[in-house]
Amino acid sequence: MTERQLANSLLGSMEYDPAPESAAIAKLKSSYGLFIDGSFSDASSHEQFASINPANESTLATVAQASTEDVDRAVVAARRAYDKVWSKTTGAQRSKYLFRIARLIQERSRELAVVETLDNGKPIRESRDVDIPLAAAHFFYYAGWADKLDFAGFGAGPKPLGVAGQIIPWNFPLLMAAWKLAPALAAGNTCILKPAETTPLSALVLAEILEQAELPPGVVNIITGDGATGGALVDHPGVDKIAFTGSTEVGRLIQQRTASSHKHLTLELGGKGANIVFEDAPIDEMIEGVIDGIFFNQGHVCCAGSRLLVQESIADEVLRRLIRRVEQLRVGDPMDKNTDVGAINSAAQLMRIRELTDVGESEGATRYTSSCTLPEKGYWFAPTVFADVAQSHRIAREEIFGPVLSVLTFRTPEEAVTKANNTNYGLACGVWSEKGSRTLWVAERLRAGVIWANTYNRFDPTSPFGGMRESGFGREGGRHGLEAYLDV
Amino acid sequence: MPSIESEAQLRAIVTSLSGVDSVGAEARVAKLSTRSIKKSTKLAALDMAISMVDLTTLEGADTPGRVTSLCTKAMRPNPRDPSVPSVAAVCVYPDLVAHARSVLGTSSVAVASVATAFPSGRASLKVKLMDVADAVSAGADEIDMVIDRGAFLSGRIGQVFDEVVAVKAACGSAHLKVILETGELVTYDNVRRASWIAMLGGADFIKTSTGKVGVNATLPVALVMLEAVRDFAETAGRIVGVKVAGGIRTSKDAIRYLVVVNETVGSTWLTPSLFRFGASSLLNDLLMQRLKQSRGAYVRPDEFSGD
Repeated sequence: MTERQLANSLLGSMEYDPAPESAAIAKLKSSYGLFIDGSFSDASSHEQFASINPANESTLATVAQASTEDVDRAVVAARRAYDKVWSKTTGAQRSKYLFRIARLIQERSRELAVVETLDNGKPIRESRDVDIPLAAAHFFYYAGWADKLDFAGFGAGPKPLGVAGQIIPWNFPLLMAAWKLAPALAAGNTCILKPAETTPLSALVLAEILEQAELPPGVVNIITGDGATGGALVDHPGVDKIAFTGSTEVGRLIQQRTASSHKHLTLELGGKGANIVFEDAPIDEMIEGVIDGIFFNQGHVCCAGSRLLVQESIADEVLRRLIRRVEQLRVGDPMDKNTDVGAINSAAQLMRIRELTDVGESEGATRYTSSCTLPEKGYWFAPTVFADVAQSHRIAREEIFGPVLSVLTFRTPEEAVTKANNTNYGLACGVWSEKGSRTLWVAERLRAGVIWANTYNRFDPTSPFGGMRESGFGREGGRHGLEAYLDV
Repeated sequence: MPSIESEAQLRAIVTSLSGVDSVGAEARVAKLSTRSIKKSTKLAALDMAISMVDLTTLEGADTPGRVTSLCTKAMRPNPRDPSVPSVAAVCVYPDLVAHARSVLGTSSVAVASVATAFPSGRASLKVKLMDVADAVSAGADEIDMVIDRGAFLSGRIGQVFDEVVAVKAACGSAHLKVILETGELVTYDNVRRASWIAMLGGADFIKTSTGKVGVNATLPVALVMLEAVRDFAETAGRIVGVKVAGGIRTSKDAIRYLVVVNETVGSTWLTPSLFRFGASSLLNDLLMQRLKQSRGAYVRPDEFSGD
């Protein structure tokens, strides 16, 4: 077959008719209040802001802007619930509520998936098959721990911290809420959850679920707002614990502001994950893993495999296969069940991705961008691969948080480890090889909280997740995840 | 691709092939299985699948009467609807090839015959070649041979290769499909290596299974074989087809295979000359789904003939 013939047989070139999920399933209200002390109420300022659909820039609903006063109201409610109710419940009772929440998430999973996709821009396939099932799994998992804390390895009768303020990002809105709430509640804390400004809606549906589950008022309060709301929560003296997932920049500020207080802190921040590919890697599965590592959720993943370190001997072959696969990605309407890559979450994020990719070009890296057609309205960025990237390029060092992969090469395992570790971050890495001894040798030397072998972006509630260095500290998931909410 | 002069050379080629990570391969097809194929794509896929069927009967109880019935159905799967395409081929044992040939006459439906001591392949090469020559002289357009799995598993890959080469020569102008019997090869690495041996030996098609063992066609096996034909086309410049056989009974299954073809090797392979389903009961389900698409309701299974 000639090269021309091959080019004519582009992968996936059979057209698929649109298969859109129905937006009506979301049953969105036109506006939402703050969920404080077991019911929805207006913000003290009555101020509302819009949450928009990044795929078409239409307004989905308006949500309340919580002020310092509202934050105070939420902290008072959480404290009261902690003192009067939650600290007096048995583990078995807490577990009952967590099981209820998990089952209700499953029952309303289709609705939640649609809400998530509308608000975030991620493909419905991902919210349906990954976000929502994993969120339910986290509640199920920690429901099991609630009455077994004595046996979690922290000694007899470990005590909760009290009132936890939890600030979560926009990339996995419901899943991050589950990661935060489930262990906190299992350990016996009460919570104030602040979802991200651009993706508040699934957390508000979760608030309805908490009502349905008859969780005692005040045990979980969900307040929407911007950075000022988050700041007020961080600064509030009535909060015993701050758990934050988001950018390293904001994480640093939070650490400064909580430094002189009694507050416990865990941070899950950015990353610049490396996928290390040796010449004996299972090539087809490796390509899929690398693609999934960077284009899953439009690359809006803190542990994204945004750097590919490939052994020089197979670099050309890998790049050729990668580009062929990138061309095949179906970019477009997130509500279409066959979409692989959806919309960028916000105009601000799109601007950041554009800025850094422009820098990548001007620094001399070779750019390959998918020839896919992008919708006219909304925030879109075509999947992009940079080859010939040097360790000193900004696109090899800074977190882009978008569908952009930087490809670098190495010659020896030592060099691969050195390059992978040459970053301020330390969240996740992947190692691809059919040789187990080498995989273990490399894994032992990588400075990252999570190492995947012959796979990437696998999440499970039983497995701890978290970073080193500028990727933060503290673990979420597994037995380790309880430690963040216990006074041990 | 150089011609193969020795077993050592062949071994060097197949051992240089990348390994298959089974978890990753299975995850890939699971993901592709969630593709939502609707409306006109579904109709097109159903017709495409019908045209790719090798309508098969491989029973000890086969008679000329049953083969007549099968051939009639192959030419006009739904006699009430001439817009339904005919299937690609009928697949029978060698002794029924002449009969099938006479019923099919000049229709576009090909006669495929299993040969080489199907399904076990446990006979001498001399007997296998006579089996092939017999089927070809009776009018078979396509020969479905089985590889010697015993030889493959004990490392005598040169013998497997030589048999494919010899059978290919015996086929003359008939197309050769090489059955790997992946259920007996067990590992995906073996499937990939056997695929290459068959293709290097001259296979026009590589085929998953005989349908006579416990595990027949599966999506991950099809994925690995499709990756092999894609990589072979790129290195050797020759396009080889893939046939999945055994256990594919529903339209949903068939469409999943077509999606895997589309997204692994591309639409070039989405033609009966490069992709086939070896099946018998699948055809009726395809016909039923086709009718459901146009009528909006299911018809009784008895709407279609049993064979």
